[in-house]
Amino acid sequence: MNTKLNPFPMPSSIPPVEGAENWSSMYPYFTQVEEADDKRFWFYNSMHFSEPMSAFDMITAEAAYHAMGAVVTRVFAFPTGKGIDYRCINGRIYITANVASDPAEIEERLKLFRERAGHYYANWTSIYANWQVRMRKLIKDMDAVELPALGDYEDEIVIKEARGIAQNHQLRKAWHQTMELYAQMWHHHFEMLMLGYGAYVVFFQFCKKAFPEIADQTVARMVAGIDVLMFRPDDELKKLARLAVELNLDDCFRVDGDPKKVLGAVASKGDAGAKWLASLEESRDPWFNISIGDGFYHFERSWNDDLTVPLSALPHYIELVRAGDSLERPTEKLRHERQNIIDEYRSLLSSDEERAAFDQMLSVSHLVFPYVEDHKFFCEHWLTTRFFNKVREFGDLFVRFGVIDKQEDIFHLHHTEIDTTIGNIMNSWAAGSPPARPNYWKPIILERRRMLKVLREWSAPPAIGPMPSNIEDPALQMLWGITTETLNGWASASLEDNDQEVQGYAASPGIVEGTARVLRSINDFGEIQEGDILVCPITHPSWGPLFSKISAAVSDIGGTMSHMAIVAREYGMPAVVGTGDATKKIKSGQRLRVDGDTGVVTILE
Amino acid sequence: MNNKNNAPLLWFTELNLKDVPLVGGKGASLGEMTQAGMPIPEGFVVSTTAFTKWLDQLDTKHEIRARISSLAHDDLANIAAETMAIRELMINTPISLELNEALTEAYIKMGDGTPVAVRSSATSEDSEEASFAGLQDTYLWVEGLPALLEKVRACWASLYSPESVSYRRRLNLPEDQLAMAVVVQSMVNSRCSGVMFTRSPTSGDRSVITIEGSYGLGSAIVSGEVTPDRYALNKVTFEFKSRQVAEKSVEHVPGQGGVIELVVNGPRNKEACMSDEEILSLARLGKQVEKHYGSPQDIEWAIDQDGNLRLLQSRPETVWASKEQAPIATEAVSAFDHIYALMGGKQS
Repeated sequence: MNTKLNPFPMPSSIPPVEGAENWSSMYPYFTQVEEADDKRFWFYNSMHFSEPMSAFDMITAEAAYHAMGAVVTRVFAFPTGKGIDYRCINGRIYITANVASDPAEIEERLKLFRERAGHYYANWTSIYANWQVRMRKLIKDMDAVELPALGDYEDEIVIKEARGIAQNHQLRKAWHQTMELYAQMWHHHFEMLMLGYGAYVVFFQFCKKAFPEIADQTVARMVAGIDVLMFRPDDELKKLARLAVELNLDDCFRVDGDPKKVLGAVASKGDAGAKWLASLEESRDPWFNISIGDGFYHFERSWNDDLTVPLSALPHYIELVRAGDSLERPTEKLRHERQNIIDEYRSLLSSDEERAAFDQMLSVSHLVFPYVEDHKFFCEHWLTTRFFNKVREFGDLFVRFGVIDKQEDIFHLHHTEIDTTIGNIMNSWAAGSPPARPNYWKPIILERRRMLKVLREWSAPPAIGPMPSNIEDPALQMLWGITTETLNGWASASLEDNDQEVQGYAASPGIVEGTARVLRSINDFGEIQEGDILVCPITHPSWGPLFSKISAAVSDIGGTMSHMAIVAREYGMPAVVGTGDATKKIKSGQRLRVDGDTGVVTILE
Repeated sequence: MNNKNNAPLLWFTELNLKDVPLVGGKGASLGEMTQAGMPIPEGFVVSTTAFTKWLDQLDTKHEIRARISSLAHDDLANIAAETMAIRELMINTPISLELNEALTEAYIKMGDGTPVAVRSSATSEDSEEASFAGLQDTYLWVEGLPALLEKVRACWASLYSPESVSYRRRLNLPEDQLAMAVVVQSMVNSRCSGVMFTRSPTSGDRSVITIEGSYGLGSAIVSGEVTPDRYALNKVTFEFKSRQVAEKSVEHVPGQGGVIELVVNGPRNKEACMSDEEILSLARLGKQVEKHYGSPQDIEWAIDQDGNLRLLQSRPETVWASKEQAPIATEAVSAFDHIYALMGGKQS
């Protein structure tokens, strides 16, 4: 490979980050790069894995790709597409998609695909209804996983019922169950998702052919649902704001930040306070089971875990309600607008034949889209935040047995390392002696914490390996915002860097000028001033409340179906997503112009 | 309707698309849009009836026309000689008293001294009307009755330019049924003007409106003497797709005896010649015109010094319309078949 023609580094040539030379010791051997990987093109999945992985969080990549590949390659036998290979480099996840190219194999796979996918498409709505039942059961089972007490003596019932199995065995079982339920979630997650994308891509491609210049966001607008679960947590918050005004509890929410103080203030308000708190409890289950991230990192807690995020959004909402804003989403208007766009595009098609095909493809997209939009709440948010909390219970146990210092330390062990350590604890309880080598992990965890900090500063190349001449993969485009153009942009970015301009994906139309506010985490929520332009790596559903304050949004990562794109369109504010490096180039306080029509962000000063 | 057929002159307000034989494509379209309530500057058309009467008066025995009919399209020497004779005859022969009176009355009604555009409006119905029409003349910023009368005759005479005749001979169009109408339209002293396509000229995308605009009168853009500002909008949602503000080096403005060219100085030459609001109103108007005609349009427009939007002309877009295209997809037995087709690497 001529290095002059290829702008990206070879996977095997990427050196370890200085000061974190031993990074690979945190991850399984099979996730690591070898020379043969230089023959393939990989890109950094910064959308899902925007930070270096802690040893435990690696499971979010492992389990997800095991399931996704199985669904595509083996379960439904997608004719041309196969699964994803992933590699970890300096703690970041790089992926490459496999394809089937032999015509005979494609033919064979197509036959299977028609039967198998056909069954799902034909029964989509009932399968999805059942899917929700299965997911709720999975979540219930996850909550129900019980860690044995490991007290001085076995429970009496084990003897009276002559069960014959002591509770240290239950510990390992509980661990395996936790991991098992989490892995099952990913299988469910992809079970319908890839079929959903497939249906959408068909409509997407049709629109691109019929209207060569149609923006991705316009196709998305024809398909996007109105009553989407993603909006629900935020809607619950707005409901609570209305209730607070109705019950005259405004003052309670002026107390800054601390949820205990806020809730204490509410509780002191007698019946009104009790009524509001009851309503809060109702909202919390399940709607506050929403991660402040995208469900791939243990440190992204849910609203339920930490009420600071939802509570700190309330004062602004209350203010808006007081000012006469109902905060109700104008669903009828949105529905009407969507239908209008559909009708007009339909009428612009050149024949009734095309209109018939358009109707069919759109109806299938509308059939699958509720799943595509809503599965995340059940999977990445609800179950995942519960999963991490369950792992924390094991962390507590590890602390109790002295093998780690703090609960959170457990996330610096790979799940297989936790498994072996459970063996140590099982034997300790059985032997009636302290665990063997109790200090084994402590220095390692310390070192891993340090390395992660170093790795966080690494500027990961967006792509590695030989650059393909083109990648016209609509799924890549829709999910990650990656097209041949993006690749060329990445390739030339290293050659000429324009400091005053950031180019991204036009995700929501309009042009706005304003002050930049760079936020790396939703926990910095308080820094946002009314009318600011939000600049951040990526937004998630729990960032919803922010959108009522800002005038435009810019992200490093994401395509036209990303959270930021969808919410910005709903709020009618310009957004540019998938810029790659907006958070690096732009500083808080700078004046920006965001052009959501062309995808250009200009730094004005 | 007999009355209309015999009238030497017809106002836009009395015309519609059915009147092409009487007033030509351009005249009929201006009438149609006027009647549909579009902001068309007022005007009238000197009908083909008037032309035919006059030509019969000049060529009572149809000798001139017979001689032209017998010319070979590549016999340029004889074409030049014959056409020069008839053009001189046309320019030197006063028009009929009837037409003179009608024109005078109409022009005074518009306001004596009003600057007008005088354009030929061909009646040919063949598919190459656009290029045919392109061979005839247009006179801008014509002021005063004597000038108007002169330009009407000049338009008529342009039908007998060597290019026009050679073109007709090549296509073997009958000289006997030849007729030309002349559009007389009040001129917009435009702050800026330009063209608008209600589909993408580059991709044919029907959900796109493209607008090109520059300072002054539209002749600067039409003649290609200036690089216009260029905007593309989504025709469904009216969102901007792209904005390119060009450096506009010259503009055409009214001057001594018609139109003169001026240099546009900085910084004005690099500024957008119209506001977003104006672009949006224009695009909405374009969509309305397309809806009225039921097909994508090629429109000339202007914005006057007071910011009023005017449409000067609209004709069907011809380049993409003439491309036959197989449907991108047709109805499948099952809606899911579309997915199997795409996933299997085939197109439905």
